[in-house]
Amino acid sequence: MTTDGRTGPAPVPTGPLSKIDYSERIPNNVNLADDRRLQRALEGWQPKFLDWWKTLGPALPTKDVYLRTAIAVGRDGWAHFDHVPMEDYRWGIFLAERDPDRVVSFGKHRGEPAWQEVPGEHRADLMRLIVIQGDTEPASVEQQRVLGNTAPSIYDLRNLFQVNVEEGRHLWAMVYLLHAYFGREGREEAEQLLKRNSGDLDSPRILGAFNEATTDWLQFFMFTYFTDRDGKYQLGTLKESAFDPLARTCEFMLKEEAHHMFVGTTGVQRIVERTAEVMKEKGGAATFEDGVIPLDVIQKYLNFQFSVSMDLFGGEQSTNAGNYYSSGLKGRWQETRRKDDHVLLEDTRTMRYVEDGEIREKEVPMLSALNLDLRDEYVADCANGVRRWNQALEEAGLDERLILPHEGFNRRVGTYSQHHVSPEGQVLTDEEWASVRDGYLPSDQDRADVATLMVPEYEYGKFAGWIAPPLTGINDQPVEFDYVHLAEEGLV
Amino acid sequence: MSDAVPVVDFDTTPEHYRHWTLAAEGDVATLTLAVDEDGGLVPGYELKANSYDLGVDIELYDAIQRVRFEHPEVKTVVLTGGLEKMFCAGANIRMLAQSSHAWKVNFCKFTNETRNGLEDASENSGIRSVAAVNGTAAGGGYEIALACDEIVLIDDGSSTVSLPEVPLLGVLPGTGGLTRVVDKRHVRKDRADLFATKAEGFRGQTAVDWGLVDSTVPRNRFAEHVAGRARVLAEGSSRPGGPGVALTPLVRSEADDAISYSHVTATIDRAARRVDIEVRGPESDPPADADGVRALGVDWWPMTVTRELDDLVLRLRTNETGIGTWVIRTSGDTDRVLAHDAQLADLDDWYVAEVRHYWKRTLKRLDVTSRSLIAVIEPGSCFAGMLAELALACDRQYMLDGVYEDVDPDAEPATIVLTAANDGAFPMGNGLSRLESRFWGRDDELAAVRKAVGDRLDARRADELGLVTWALDDLDLGDELRIALEERASLSPDALTGMEANHRFVGPETVESKIFGRLTAWQNWIFYRPNASGPDGALRRYGSGQRGSYDYQRV
Repeated sequence: MTTDGRTGPAPVPTGPLSKIDYSERIPNNVNLADDRRLQRALEGWQPKFLDWWKTLGPALPTKDVYLRTAIAVGRDGWAHFDHVPMEDYRWGIFLAERDPDRVVSFGKHRGEPAWQEVPGEHRADLMRLIVIQGDTEPASVEQQRVLGNTAPSIYDLRNLFQVNVEEGRHLWAMVYLLHAYFGREGREEAEQLLKRNSGDLDSPRILGAFNEATTDWLQFFMFTYFTDRDGKYQLGTLKESAFDPLARTCEFMLKEEAHHMFVGTTGVQRIVERTAEVMKEKGGAATFEDGVIPLDVIQKYLNFQFSVSMDLFGGEQSTNAGNYYSSGLKGRWQETRRKDDHVLLEDTRTMRYVEDGEIREKEVPMLSALNLDLRDEYVADCANGVRRWNQALEEAGLDERLILPHEGFNRRVGTYSQHHVSPEGQVLTDEEWASVRDGYLPSDQDRADVATLMVPEYEYGKFAGWIAPPLTGINDQPVEFDYVHLAEEGLV
Repeated sequence: MSDAVPVVDFDTTPEHYRHWTLAAEGDVATLTLAVDEDGGLVPGYELKANSYDLGVDIELYDAIQRVRFEHPEVKTVVLTGGLEKMFCAGANIRMLAQSSHAWKVNFCKFTNETRNGLEDASENSGIRSVAAVNGTAAGGGYEIALACDEIVLIDDGSSTVSLPEVPLLGVLPGTGGLTRVVDKRHVRKDRADLFATKAEGFRGQTAVDWGLVDSTVPRNRFAEHVAGRARVLAEGSSRPGGPGVALTPLVRSEADDAISYSHVTATIDRAARRVDIEVRGPESDPPADADGVRALGVDWWPMTVTRELDDLVLRLRTNETGIGTWVIRTSGDTDRVLAHDAQLADLDDWYVAEVRHYWKRTLKRLDVTSRSLIAVIEPGSCFAGMLAELALACDRQYMLDGVYEDVDPDAEPATIVLTAANDGAFPMGNGLSRLESRFWGRDDELAAVRKAVGDRLDARRADELGLVTWALDDLDLGDELRIALEERASLSPDALTGMEANHRFVGPETVESKIFGRLTAWQNWIFYRPNASGPDGALRRYGSGQRGSYDYQRV
């Protein structure tokens, strides 16, 4: 039991004592052992989560996996590595340390003490934000469920599983908030998080991109690069929230999210490296016959994943986003480092839109354009990865380059959704779009061709021919380390 | 607009009346209105021509209550004017013009309740009423007459009855006038239209022919005729005579954020814009019989709690407009509440019947109160019979399933007990019981609830039967309630008032529901429009020599 000088010791537990040792069963820094309500809620939810993990989690049977697990929030505690059976992974509840002096840094409550409880006025909105965030976490596990069957290496398999268990933990983090702060309705929403399933026609996940199948490893890496990065930016805005438990939860989640970014960045990079290597050898374009993924197919996958991830930011102009900001629920990326009044009532910014077949700019109120503000931050970040991948091409002495498509390309949400825009930013007619679409986005044939390369490589230290090995292993282990022990049936 | 709105006190006695005189002689009581021009409740207007404000109406309400309780011998009440040629000119226009919107609305609500009370006294207590209109009855003056059983208009060639609000003031006769002319007196709608747009109104025979009054007689026969009508009406009355029950002054203590009585306490949380109201059950068993009840008088618990709650509702409504959520709890011994509830229902006695109707009217006040009403049902509560009506009158009911483990693990879990009180003894303005209203159109559920009458319904059964919104255990109730109350307090008070009023009154319309729904809602809209209350609006310009300047766009 932790105590601190400000709040005094936690209340002595009363009522029937739980049979579960929570510090053992669910590692946490939220005084779970002292909170009867939370215990009861999680007792009801945990078996359902495990059922879900067994049914919709990774399909490939494994004995154990070399995983990082957070055993404490501090600098050292959250990166502890060991071989563990995945179903025994200790999904814990961790919040970043509480700053007792934290104040709301933006909106109409700016300067007031951060909220330790949900204000009734904002219950519905806060719960909605948490549910949407929470819904994405298990969704990606479901989307990636069968990828283990075609892993290009044991090293990559381990990274996939690490991402999966951490998405599971992020689900726990959101469920913790729902259980701890939103009472009966929160529990109902927490159950729904397990009942909706990616791609389920009757009960799909809330956001479109999380109902798209992850067909192959190229898409997986693109997903972790582009779509998980959207998650990073959403968490970054929630980290600023006036609702302190949400802010602290998201701050901690961001630390874990960094690993997912790493998997995506290096995954795509290693594919590009391998393709560049073959191109250099051949002195021309690499094809599927060469056993690698052609650069133009990589570009199409990039185009696709970037554009569907852009949709996750919502419309450029959003009343909700403005309300969330003004109410203190959701800030901007790195809110506290921004040099403005943090209220934004008078501010404006430019926004691009399509008119008369061309892209134009107009001034819009800043408060109405906060989704766009966040998306711009995201796009700038995405460009870094593309630069890094291009470096691999440059180092191979090649002139070809990958590009980040225009923000208006292939959009289903927002101001561009009624128009066709090429990756270079040209507004296209319907006919023009139809004729060039397959050159920009993966066709069924492209996906089928990529799939033919997806043959599992489970020998320690070996890598499929379409991807370069990494320079180093995980946690200072060698690349050929036995990161995953497959179950007997997994090897068959 | 006047910001200097006083704290309004509803306590008065006939000895303190400034505007009315109550004279009971035998089985007829005469209520005479002679308004003290300088006796306005708020500075800034003179109550000329027998016009009234809230203070005048508080006296009328008190007088009718006293006739009911202190004068069981009175069978007919004659309402008449004490000024020359002027029965009553209605609500004071300068008062209306200077009042805030909230004040006008609350004033109209109280005057409507008082008019309805006059009709209730006739229908349920055998106290008939005659409006002896011995001078002009304009607007609200005529609306007082409309609330009487019979209207006698003096035939002097000049006195008229009229509803001049539309043509002169650009507002409605909002104290039931429009409704009662067609709905109670069955005036043809085309004639009602002519009447309500003709500022000077009608006199004599036309008023009789159209049904606006029942008779018209010259001055020299007027008093005799009125007395005759009063006697005729008294003949059919069931009033018993004998000694009455004195309405002794209420004992009430007030602090900045609290109002307490012997069995009711209200604690205001201004920051949360909420008041916590606790209604306490009786400390002892009821007396053996009706004689014992009358001997207790106002100290008979059902009467005590009714008076106290009535006063509290009026005070909070008038003086605490910023306190938007009322959280209602009860505490006490359920058995004792039930014993009193049974007496209230079963004893064949005029006083018991009066208390029953008084509790009914008090519940109706709650029904038309523009505040969010939330019942919290916890261990130690006594929501049984007549007190269960309080829970049913609320917009939501939160019930604790089990006990507060951390507070009193050995407590008895809360129960609700329904009795006949919940299914007909205290009809709402729509004519339905609160159970019928709650389960409107759900006959099976209503039948199931009726089978449970008399049972101690714990949270689970109350939830199954649909009697509570949420049955939550101690881990959930506190947070759920806190969040719900905070959420409520953050919503638009106007939208909440409209929403609640719509949800509370299902089913059929009555004169009463039309007055509080249609007439009042339109009136409140009109009050807010520039055509009435703008700087050039008719209400503001009245008496300035200029007519209202209207925006002629129909809305």
